[in-house]
Amino acid sequence: MRELSAQREYRDMGRSTPPMPGLYIHIPFCRTKCSYCDFFSITDTGPMDDFIRALCREAETRRGEFPAFDTIYVGGGTPSVLPVKFIETILTTVRRTFTILPDAEITIEVNPADWGLPELKSLRGMGVNRLSIGVQSLNDKELRLLGRRHTAEQAMRTLENVSSAGFENVCIDLIYGLPGQSIPMWQETLSKALSHAPAHLSCYELEIKKNTPLGRRFMHGEYVQGPEEQQRGFFMQTSVFLSGRGYLHYEISNFARGMDRASRHNLKYWDHTPYLGLGPSAHSFHHNRRWWNHGSVQNYVRDLDAGKQPVGGAEELTREQLALEALFLGLRTSRGIDTETYTRRYGIDLMAEHGPALEEWQRAGLVEITHGSIRPTLGGMAVSDRLALL
Amino acid sequence: MDNIRNFSIIAHIDHGKSTLADRLIQRTGVCDARTFKDQILDTMDIERERGITIKSQAISLPYRAQDGKDYILNLIDTPGHVDFSYEVSRSLASCEGVLLLIDAAQGVQAQTLANLYLALEHNLEIIPVINKIDLPSADVERVLEEIDAELGLDPDTHLKCSAKEGTGIDDILEAIVRRIPAPKGDLTAPLAALIFDAQYDSFRGTVIHCRVFDGTVKAGDAIRFMFNDSVYRVEEVGHFGLSRIRHDSLGAGEVGYIIAGVKTVSSVSIGDTITLDDRPCASPLPGFKEVKPVVFASIYPIASDDYEDLAEAVEKYKLNDAAFVYEKDSSAALGQGFRCGFLGLLHLDIVQERLEREYDLNIILSVPSVRYRFTLKDGTVVYVDNPAHYPNPLNIALGEEPYIRASMMMPDRYLGPVMSLCIEKRGVNSNMHYTSPGRVELSYEMPLSEVIFDFYDRFKSMTQGYGSFDYDLIDYRESNLVLLDILVNGEKVDALSQIVHRDRARARGVQACDRLKDEIPRQMYKIAIQGAIGGEIISRSTISPFRKDVTAKCYGGDITRKRKLLEKQKKGKKRMKMVGSVSIPQSAFLAVLKSDTDS
Repeated sequence: MRELSAQREYRDMGRSTPPMPGLYIHIPFCRTKCSYCDFFSITDTGPMDDFIRALCREAETRRGEFPAFDTIYVGGGTPSVLPVKFIETILTTVRRTFTILPDAEITIEVNPADWGLPELKSLRGMGVNRLSIGVQSLNDKELRLLGRRHTAEQAMRTLENVSSAGFENVCIDLIYGLPGQSIPMWQETLSKALSHAPAHLSCYELEIKKNTPLGRRFMHGEYVQGPEEQQRGFFMQTSVFLSGRGYLHYEISNFARGMDRASRHNLKYWDHTPYLGLGPSAHSFHHNRRWWNHGSVQNYVRDLDAGKQPVGGAEELTREQLALEALFLGLRTSRGIDTETYTRRYGIDLMAEHGPALEEWQRAGLVEITHGSIRPTLGGMAVSDRLALL
Repeated sequence: MDNIRNFSIIAHIDHGKSTLADRLIQRTGVCDARTFKDQILDTMDIERERGITIKSQAISLPYRAQDGKDYILNLIDTPGHVDFSYEVSRSLASCEGVLLLIDAAQGVQAQTLANLYLALEHNLEIIPVINKIDLPSADVERVLEEIDAELGLDPDTHLKCSAKEGTGIDDILEAIVRRIPAPKGDLTAPLAALIFDAQYDSFRGTVIHCRVFDGTVKAGDAIRFMFNDSVYRVEEVGHFGLSRIRHDSLGAGEVGYIIAGVKTVSSVSIGDTITLDDRPCASPLPGFKEVKPVVFASIYPIASDDYEDLAEAVEKYKLNDAAFVYEKDSSAALGQGFRCGFLGLLHLDIVQERLEREYDLNIILSVPSVRYRFTLKDGTVVYVDNPAHYPNPLNIALGEEPYIRASMMMPDRYLGPVMSLCIEKRGVNSNMHYTSPGRVELSYEMPLSEVIFDFYDRFKSMTQGYGSFDYDLIDYRESNLVLLDILVNGEKVDALSQIVHRDRARARGVQACDRLKDEIPRQMYKIAIQGAIGGEIISRSTISPFRKDVTAKCYGGDITRKRKLLEKQKKGKKRMKMVGSVSIPQSAFLAVLKSDTDS
């Protein structure tokens, strides 16, 4: 019974207004695979029509489950391999099927080599109001290493086009910590990116994953990943560099020109706001349950053609699991954890249960504990996973 | 009595004892193929997993011999490790003969010899059996030479078998009947029965395993344990099948069990003599000795809340392991726990594993210690097996530590390194002789503390598995002892303290700091580890803090993945003990005794 009431309380969220869910749409196609990427996508764009049909059906199966959405995020894969008319189909369908608030944040991920000015303009006309551009680097040698199919020049042109097309809320995605990259080289990419005055930057440390071309080359000893101190250096310098230029480091990998430019959609992932994911391998979260679709486009389409929801797996989260997630997700953000809310939602008084360890962290400069909140410092963010092992 | 044969199988470890027992059991039809499983006498999971026998077991095998008569062959299976050698000796005392099993590829090893000597001490008929003749590396000729030269046995008396393939088993059964003498004894004399084992049954209490030498015993008899003079009423007697088989009585020459309402196995001493209370025998059977623990360590629950559970677990565990002793203990660093005594490090290991497995506990063991003897200036003598109770150095007149005689056998090409190892371990009074060309037997007197920790592993790797080792406790000898403390971030962790020889203190301190550096995972802040004698720091190491996770992305699908990873890591962390602000893993406490060379 305790569990139930805690869950109810959690659902109420202790907020003044109920949180609005977010809608994610996964486009599983890529024209080519990047050397570092182990996300699910296919390079065969043949089944595109089948996929669009299935996606629209999937939306239909979820009608009525969520009251409304105030964000839509079209990610992938590479959404920009689709002709824009498909984006229009998708947006029309979800608007018809669900309640989308009028001021919703609608984001699409765009690869610099794909859409030109006319396409971008037409997206703007469809109500898309935020773009996330997968620039990754503004150095051609690095782009080749990453297996990207665009050049630095193409990326710069795309950035000009998006602003000509009328997009103000633009995120530039970048990757640092590449083999052979130095901090000055990275700062050069950052400076070039800043010349477009983006509203938002996502700066990811390169993760070398086993089952990727880069991972295999790494295993063969072709590359050496920098030592921990060097990786830490990249992380710290990125923060210092961007903070000094007016950006708010609001999450480990995310920087915004003010909190109103933070990714409203992504923030939902970090505080257990419900979200619905449509498309192969997309994850959803609602009523303390998380479920995910089949990764394979074939199985996804097959299930929907058979009138079934294409769910590949699900988990019912216990209060303990929710508490752990809230801890590690909270410690990724500059906002940190509000201890009172945390206690109310998850039944754990962090200060009472882990006081000495938290104080030790504070002494070690990893967190700041003030007015009922535990906020990671920059050094704390760098080790937020460890902190969550409290 | 003429149709009874009591025998045991003795062998060096891994020479195939359990497999041969399995074959004898199958061949005599005690067990059909359906109920049979390998190592059938090893009933504990831990025995089967490690391929060793920890508890003695006995089984009666019905056998019709070629002479047409029916016999009962009582097989008494014995533990196969030096920690349990007294139990082995009591099992042998219950037999008239043994099968001395020798691996056809490995030949005679240290425990083959040690077991042979034990058998000879008991005047047993010895049947050498060469096992594993199916192996490509089998060298029967060489083994025969060793039987002659090293064991001094007539090689013509040997049998050959492959227990694995089931060949030669019939010859062995015939030889048991023909060559091992029938037991002798007087059915009408006062009862004299030797206890060779005792096991705990949660319904019946202690089940006493014994060999009757004289007289008979039956349900209703009042029996007396001669060592402690306690008296019990017999509820049931019987023989051993795969389970217990109730009988009316047990008479001279027979092997069987007695249930007499004895609540704990600790009330029964292995080696003690059972007689009748109203008609006792004149004197106990020879060879009784109280088994005393030689290695001591404290056990603590990792979560202090689990203390009550641990208390219950050690109490229950003790019911079934008379050799395990414990008393309450508390540590400044680790809280409430128990100080425990063990027969050796294997025994310690087994107890730790069984407590964790059978009682679902997470426990920490302090650094093991032997029992030291101190004579204080006022003349009092104290035994100290817990470094926390180390006397004030100003009051110590004399420190002494237990010594053993170690005997080792190996091909002579390993002699040099092994002798260096023994000298490093403070070995003295060496003795060496060639048992056959190319093979030596080497003995040293060494401090027990040097031998039980770290010696055996290094010896084994040094001799590439060809060396074998056995030891006997001999006496206490004067030793210049000091207390080595370990400080973690300036805080003394008493469970990591050790009593060491002064000459070895610095090396041990360095070793402990190095090993702890390897064992303690990096944490959020710098950890300083120091070794200290008195107030003086003699060694140090530093664990640098953890500074960077790879934490790039965390969106929809990443959350479950990351949570699962953290859950796994949290589980690992639960197996660590928080000492101050530092998490110390279970493995660290044993690791401080080990040198780098065996990792």
